[in-house]
Amino acid sequence: MKITVEIPTALRRFTDGVQTIECSSGTLPELLGEIEQRYPAITKHLRDDSGAVRRFVNIYVNEEDIRFLGGNNYKFREGDRVLVVPSIAGGAPGCR
Amino acid sequence: MAEHYQLRCRECGKLWGNIPRSFCDDCLSPLEVTYDLDAIRSTFTRKNIEAGPANLWRYGAMLPLPEGFQGTVPAGFTPLVQARHLGKQLGTSNLYLKNDAVCFPTLSFKDRVVATALAAARRFGFQVVSCSSTGNLANAVAAQAAREGFEAWIFIPADLEAAKVIGTQIFGAKLVRIAGNYDQVNRLCSQIAEKFQWGFVNVNLRPYYAEGSKTVGYEIAEQLGWRLPDNVVVPMAGGSLITKIRKAFNELIALGLVEEKKVKFFGAQATGCSPISDAVKRSLEQFEPQKPATIARSLAIGNPADGFYATRAIRDSGGWAEDATDPEIVKGIHLLAETEGIFTETAGGVTTIVTQKLIEEGHIAPSETTVACITGNGLKTLEAVSQEYAPTAAIEPRLAVFESFVSDRMAAVAGS
Repeated sequence: MKITVEIPTALRRFTDGVQTIECSSGTLPELLGEIEQRYPAITKHLRDDSGAVRRFVNIYVNEEDIRFLGGNNYKFREGDRVLVVPSIAGGAPGCR
Repeated sequence: MAEHYQLRCRECGKLWGNIPRSFCDDCLSPLEVTYDLDAIRSTFTRKNIEAGPANLWRYGAMLPLPEGFQGTVPAGFTPLVQARHLGKQLGTSNLYLKNDAVCFPTLSFKDRVVATALAAARRFGFQVVSCSSTGNLANAVAAQAAREGFEAWIFIPADLEAAKVIGTQIFGAKLVRIAGNYDQVNRLCSQIAEKFQWGFVNVNLRPYYAEGSKTVGYEIAEQLGWRLPDNVVVPMAGGSLITKIRKAFNELIALGLVEEKKVKFFGAQATGCSPISDAVKRSLEQFEPQKPATIARSLAIGNPADGFYATRAIRDSGGWAEDATDPEIVKGIHLLAETEGIFTETAGGVTTIVTQKLIEEGHIAPSETTVACITGNGLKTLEAVSQEYAPTAAIEPRLAVFESFVSDRMAAVAGS
């Protein structure tokens, strides 16, 4: 199974500038593990000290907040597009 | 001279200087403007404020304004009116209304936040300003962008009230209606803000925008004769306003402009979109997002950006939160209009009913000084009440006809 994950600008410095990652995980906890295995530096920015996803990070699946789909229990489907968005996002690169 | 304010991460405390961004790169938490209070102490005095203009720029020393900035839009400094009749009905003798239904120029408290956001937009060199909005912010951005010479792009959920749609387009703004709710519009705007070099007032300019809300708090204190109320009732959509009124009160205390007091903060939401009041009532640390279903469209934010901080502000202050159903919201609009002569929008109906519930439930003591914040104007949400007022038959312009009209009407009243 293949899903794609869009990395927000703010976190691309930890993914070597990569914007879209292809993954094969079945659930959100697995997916975070898969991303972190490939890009270890991203971990402390995605999770707090207790290992929980940071409070101000929202995860969407095909434009829907994953919390409405079952959160950690949601089973990804082939072709799902996952968005990671800081809840109060913004700040274009290059803006003065 | 170094600037007396800058951005700081609300969670990890990292300082960011002044740039157009809303969250911390390290922990992805929100940024907030912090001030060097010692540098401001000598200028932000009662005397200087009272000598200032009768609008929000009188508090300019404690707003994130570029050096030499001269505000021209006279937003804010709306009336604080004692609500004797409404208070009597609700069983309290010390009820006040902060009436932003008459804020200049677009009749909602959003005129305040846009005033400070556009000052930042100018400073950062943006040509285009933008926002996601449930309506009032759309109106405010469109109007002030026209006045200040910015191009405006406004994103709204498709189901907004007519007055809020036309009240945006009239200013020449480019309006984009999105087939989705506000939370979807807002998520889209987060993505747009990453690609377009625009000043999104509630995305990348959000810390500067949010500071404008503090002026509601400064005004309440000044208009009460430089004292703080016991209780404040605030409608909550994204949850920013309630936290910023609290910040304003704390700053006034820290700067010695008012005596220290523990003000209780009460939040008001619509039952059909109540993630924050739900979190307060169920003692949740973090709210659970909801799918909005309420006539109070200006409060229909199911994933409130400042929901976490609003919940905490209410809890820490010893306050509480309540919510109002759609029929109750309409009742609240009528109640405020018929007792105080103030026609508010659906959000004000929410605030009125929630104030009533908080008094009934004993959360607000009748003798205490309570300020309820009315944040928008009823003329913008006529849909909420218009079906009750089908046009009546016109009568001939003759006295005899009127006399018979009156006796018919009296008979109808007597017979009902």
